[in-house]
Amino acid sequence: MMSRNRVIPGFGLSLGYATLYTSLIVFIPLAALAAEGISLGGERFWAVVSHPQAVASYTLSFGAALTAALINLVFGLLVAWVLVRYSFPGKRIADALVDLPFALPTAVAGIALTALYGRNGWFGGPLEALGLKIAYAPAGIVVALTFIGLPFVVRTVQPVLAGLERELEEAAASLGADRWQTFRRVLLPALVPALLTGFALAFARAVGEYGSVVFISGNMPYRTEITPLLIYSKLEQYDYAGASALGVMMLLFSFLLLLAINALQYWSLRRQGGG
Amino acid sequence: MSIQVRDLNKSFGQFKALDNVSLQFNSGELVALLGPSGCGKTTLLRIIAGLEFADSGAVLFSGRDATATHVRERSVGFVFQHYALFRHMSVYDNVAFGLTVRPRRNRPDKQEIAERVHKLLELVQLDWLADRYPDQLSGGQRQRIALARALAVEPRVLLLDEPFGALDARVRKDLRSWLRRLHDELHVTSIFVTHDQEEAMEVADRIVVINRGRIEQVGTPREIYNAPATPFVYGFIGDANRLSGRAAGGWAELAGLRVPAPDFAQSEPRAVTGYIRPHDIELSGGGEGDGLAARVESVAQVGASLRVSVRSPEQAQSLQVELPHSGGQWPFEVGDAVRARPRAARVFADAPV
Repeated sequence: MMSRNRVIPGFGLSLGYATLYTSLIVFIPLAALAAEGISLGGERFWAVVSHPQAVASYTLSFGAALTAALINLVFGLLVAWVLVRYSFPGKRIADALVDLPFALPTAVAGIALTALYGRNGWFGGPLEALGLKIAYAPAGIVVALTFIGLPFVVRTVQPVLAGLERELEEAAASLGADRWQTFRRVLLPALVPALLTGFALAFARAVGEYGSVVFISGNMPYRTEITPLLIYSKLEQYDYAGASALGVMMLLFSFLLLLAINALQYWSLRRQGGG
Repeated sequence: MSIQVRDLNKSFGQFKALDNVSLQFNSGELVALLGPSGCGKTTLLRIIAGLEFADSGAVLFSGRDATATHVRERSVGFVFQHYALFRHMSVYDNVAFGLTVRPRRNRPDKQEIAERVHKLLELVQLDWLADRYPDQLSGGQRQRIALARALAVEPRVLLLDEPFGALDARVRKDLRSWLRRLHDELHVTSIFVTHDQEEAMEVADRIVVINRGRIEQVGTPREIYNAPATPFVYGFIGDANRLSGRAAGGWAELAGLRVPAPDFAQSEPRAVTGYIRPHDIELSGGGEGDGLAARVESVAQVGASLRVSVRSPEQAQSLQVELPHSGGQWPFEVGDAVRARPRAARVFADAPV
């Protein structure tokens, strides 16, 4: 049981408030969603969520979100590295630009990206000449999701990287490690928890993204239709129960994936002897 | 291995950290770089390690120029003030790190690495902590692991940057004498940086006193204490009464005390500053006899000595006197009339203004 004497008072009050808050904001709406979905009954629920069009949309949604989060993992680390380790003219501006995808309405981002990567766009034309189709293809979805997910990895890794003592690298060098060994064996492991957090956030954001994707994907059923869009089209047909059923599936997949990432993070933190 | 540094200069912007420093470190020696913070001692150590590069000058290892050699190839063991242990690695992996990053062709095999790591952990008496992580260790244990890690690569030189600076006084004292014993066992040329004169006195074979990027004096602890070469060393090592006065004809008058000053036998009268150790002043009771008449201002017992502060009515500055003492009765009480006589003093001419 909880001890009666605590240094910081108000445990009961703060726990109660936290429970109430998460219930109101997160748990009750999600429970309502689940209730609506389940109201279909087992058989019809299964028919909706296992429809080939739905299955194709899950694969696309989660595949594209994971790909985008992985791209952000690598390049977000690179951006964070450059912003922390080097000084160059315009560094402040570059640093501020990283947050832009947060602030921009995602529809605006979608339109801008579509214009760039479309057949007549600056990138789209040359790429299409090479046989690469970005806009109105799954690749376009990945581009949009990468755009909106970038700040997460950069902003979670940046402070941790800045907090790493220079002495760690000097110690590694004095012990004979080269630059790559120092990075891989000393710096990278210290960054893993932050990288995982950034990855999870970027992934979660990408799974739920709708606004920017609808412009660039072309929304072709079975090919470039993401699950959120499928849900939206069900809503337009007043099929609330069907939309909820798909929502429940997304919720379930997202929850499992985030749980796995959290477990990974817990494990990597424990390996640092902290916890 | 012997180390030589020649005419090292290093500036950080306007600040001159090292000003024409030349030094010789003999093979197997344990040398302390001693000085106040910001005097350049850490910069010197880092330049020897190859973690920093001098603006001009040379570093020689066993007579061979190592000035441009990368820290990776210098085979120096470096111990940091804040340990710099790898937090995500166990104690074992930390110590093994230097061996496991070697190129495959001269990397020892797994079993040999294990043997060497355990031997080193035994050497620092922490074999039982092999599976722990640095965060689970105390400061003293961490620094011993850092030392074992540095020794694992069999360095030709061991460089320690304020190795005990972050530890509390008790642990610091233990580790100090432990480091001395360890050095006597290993005989690897070692240089350590400290601002703690007691630490330098107790551990080092030789001390290099540095101030404002220049070397003030190099010598054994005994030489440094008994024959300080400059006013700075006098003030920095041990306690001293610092007294202004005038010297002429082989004698100096320092705040009422008359001391021999052979350096000034021939010179014109001039302003000087004299230094007298507290234990180099004799006190005798009563108002009679030679010496400076003074009154006892305060008495305190510290271990086996008495610290007495006395002041002459004509002088602004009081004198600190240290007397050996055992037993209960103090020879002097506050307010007693005494006579103070210096037994030894060192007089330096004041720099012309």
